[in-house]
Amino acid sequence: MLLELDDQATAVAQARAAGRRRAVTVNAVRVLLVVAVLGSWELAATYWIDPFYYSKPSAIWHRLTDWFTTGTSQGSIWTQIAYTLEEALIGFVLGSAGGVVLGIVLGRSRFLSDVCAPFIKAANAIPRIILASLFVIWFGLGMSSKVATAFVLVFFAVFFNAFQGAREVDRNLVNNARILGASRTAVLRTIVVPSATSWILASLHSAFGFAIIGAIVGEYSGADKGLGLLINHAQGTFDSAGIYAGMIVITVIALLAEWLLTLLERRLLRWRPPVAGNEARI
Amino acid sequence: MPTQAEPDGPAIELRDATKRFRSSSGGVHTAVRNLDLTVRAGEFVAVVGPTGCGKSTTLSLVSGLEPPSAGEVLVHGRPVEGIPAGVGYMFQNDAVLPWRTVLDNVAAGPRYRGAAKRQAREQARDWVRRVGLGDFESYYPHQLSGGMRKRVALAQTLVNEPSILLMDEPFSALDVQTRGLMQDELLRLWAGDDPLGEGGGAAVVFVTHDLEEAVVLGDRVVVMTASPATVKAVFDVPLERPRDAEEIRLTPEFLEIYREVWESLREEVQIARERGAGNAA
Repeated sequence: MLLELDDQATAVAQARAAGRRRAVTVNAVRVLLVVAVLGSWELAATYWIDPFYYSKPSAIWHRLTDWFTTGTSQGSIWTQIAYTLEEALIGFVLGSAGGVVLGIVLGRSRFLSDVCAPFIKAANAIPRIILASLFVIWFGLGMSSKVATAFVLVFFAVFFNAFQGAREVDRNLVNNARILGASRTAVLRTIVVPSATSWILASLHSAFGFAIIGAIVGEYSGADKGLGLLINHAQGTFDSAGIYAGMIVITVIALLAEWLLTLLERRLLRWRPPVAGNEARI
Repeated sequence: MPTQAEPDGPAIELRDATKRFRSSSGGVHTAVRNLDLTVRAGEFVAVVGPTGCGKSTTLSLVSGLEPPSAGEVLVHGRPVEGIPAGVGYMFQNDAVLPWRTVLDNVAAGPRYRGAAKRQAREQARDWVRRVGLGDFESYYPHQLSGGMRKRVALAQTLVNEPSILLMDEPFSALDVQTRGLMQDELLRLWAGDDPLGEGGGAAVVFVTHDLEEAVVLGDRVVVMTASPATVKAVFDVPLERPRDAEEIRLTPEFLEIYREVWESLREEVQIARERGAGNAA
């Protein structure tokens, strides 16, 4: 008996050690890969290709430290980040709220979805990014035109998922709830919304990316502050390092947001069975 | 709680009930045809028939989820409109909410019926214990076995204290041993010290394609015809209660009534099989 327990303990320890070794190897190879790519870029830009067009890692790094220590051509980098983030966040919150509500309402009402189907299809077919130019005319160079662009992009991403989620609710669960005494609103609240949640959360990941794109493109079309303006300015002065630096700042923001959303998702979907092979997922 | 128009009247009455559906190919599919069935209060009726014959449709007529195309459906003497009070329905597939714990799943019924959260949980806790899941209150359904999920569904239905209990092949997905256990559990809860429903046991309509299960559980066994379903024959099961679901199968009395019902059911199964083969060909 004791021997068996002992055996089990060693087996577990061995499995753990193997897992750790694997993790170390994977991370080491990742670091190597990054070093190899950046190193060859740096070398190539130093000796063969023209860094004026292609820039190089050291120049980008220099530009980034410059932005964060002495500030950008448009003022402090933090002001630009805060401005863009605010636009993206407001657009994200409003867009996802609107998308969820309308998606669930249309998903549950056969009549409304039949009526609205062609309009939604048409609206989805419009290249919505063009609306950014229109919004600048409507709302001016301030924040509201960027929020509107982010809103439009987020709304459709979330709307379609919420709609699908509300449609694919298990009939069995709805019937069961009705038999147990649930009213229409109770069915909506306790069955439809939780069922659609995993669909909606899945869309929120890409939706935040869309919100940032919306804000940046909005700033491109005309703005007095923001990361998009910074990048636009870099483009205007043939400053390729500046474009890369702006890209990196935005990427970091998007990754942070993604991480927060994953936390939220874990919290809300605790009830779900763990996905097999979660580790290997990218 | 159910208001009974006629206290001594039948709990369920189907009069010449017919249910037609529009089939996906555009035609009309008759699931149930001219069905007459009466279930007294406190009676356990098992319904057997070939797979896919329309047994489930019969239950959805009684539950009010589907209105009949023709004929009448009465529950406690009143025509069914919407979901009648006092009806409990256990579905063939799991209908427990995957995002709720065992306790909150069972508390759903009382919550829907307006009980305060604390009171609903109190009631639920009692039922979770009664179905033997006292140690699993805070588990999520995916952490439970198939048999345990059925217990959750059973508690979820019974916590509302239904006077009419509709069961649609509830145990068909379970392995044989677990099924036997659940049958015993059901009989115990139905006829135990604290019988379900007011003033005696609940009226149960238990649909199954397993004749053995039907004979083990029922006071009466109703044999349905192959689709469209209608009542072919009704047999009284002269086995004494309380029954031990697993032991009773071995008695000569059981075999005798089993053989008798099977004679009747066999033809229908044969018809259903031939049709199935015809469709496959």
